[in-house]
Amino acid sequence: MSKPAAARKDWPLWEVFVRARRGLSHGHVGSLHAPDAQMALRNARDLYTRRQEGVSIWVVEAASITASSPDEKDSFFDPAGDKIYRHPTFYTIPDGVEHL
Amino acid sequence: MTTTNSQDSSPASTGAAATVSPTPAAEVAAYALRLADDALILAQRMGEWIAAAPQLEEDVALANIGLDLLGQARSLLTYAGAVAGRGRDEDALAYLRDEREFTNLALCEIGNGDFAVTMARMLVFSAYQCELYARLAASTDETLAAIAAKAVKEVDYHRDHATQWVLRLGDGTEESHRRMQAGLETIWPYVEETFESDELFTSIAERGVGVDPAELRGPVLSYLDRVLRQATLNRPETSKNHTGGRRGIHTEAMGYLLAEMQHLARSHPGASW
Repeated sequence: MSKPAAARKDWPLWEVFVRARRGLSHGHVGSLHAPDAQMALRNARDLYTRRQEGVSIWVVEAASITASSPDEKDSFFDPAGDKIYRHPTFYTIPDGVEHL
Repeated sequence: MTTTNSQDSSPASTGAAATVSPTPAAEVAAYALRLADDALILAQRMGEWIAAAPQLEEDVALANIGLDLLGQARSLLTYAGAVAGRGRDEDALAYLRDEREFTNLALCEIGNGDFAVTMARMLVFSAYQCELYARLAASTDETLAAIAAKAVKEVDYHRDHATQWVLRLGDGTEESHRRMQAGLETIWPYVEETFESDELFTSIAERGVGVDPAELRGPVLSYLDRVLRQATLNRPETSKNHTGGRRGIHTEAMGYLLAEMQHLARSHPGASW
């Protein structure tokens, strides 16, 4: 408690992914600080599954994630904008098909 | 083994308050009250960490553990009050009893100390509660069995949390090792009381209603030894062991704790929101 800022700096940031229930993917829910992976998992349990939000938790050290840069947004994402044939909008859905 | 359910609803027998040999119902009430008081008093201590823990994440963890204990206390107090049949509900038992009427272990009431002391206490107490509730889940008393079956999952997590920290602090830096060992030294004089038996415990265990804490000593110490060895810590040697909590004889810390816990309820009797 005497040196919270210094202690905090020692603890890496972890990103938390929770699977809400079987059959769904893990989704990103937030981040937290923890001294190591096992403690990160336990902190995630306390912070993000208090209300039975999940059946499985992943934690990943934030530094291990390679993320796309906002600067590259134009070249990364805009070219997909006019390629409407990539969307499955040209199919007719037969009657009675659910979950499509 | 006899069932107790038939005896729970016998206000006539509990009406005579000063009976020499306690009725079965009075024994169940007194037994439930001991377990309730342990949980209630330690919940109060855990609450003191809120907004004071070394990290926000740990703050939430300690608050969660405190709330688990408070939940156990509420169920047990309510049951103790109902079985005793003297019209005292959970609030009356928590807020309107005086120090001598509390039957918790000193282990639960002593001050939090630093984080290492808190973790040392949590390790010992949760290891004890794990063994206790695992057995109590098979109680012939259906209510106690149900409370224990729910609580055993909670205290298993408390034990894991304390274990993780004791391992890291014990087998961490020179400073963390020193302070973790010091934390153990601080709480160890209060450990043996946890396993102390008496007439109530033996009687309640014979009837299959409760657990004699003496039989928990082996499994609890064996768990603690495993953790301490892995954490490169030593189990402290202690010559003086505290006793008396089960008879309402408490340490100096208890009065201050109760003053803080009870003053609001006593200043505004019957208040609610």
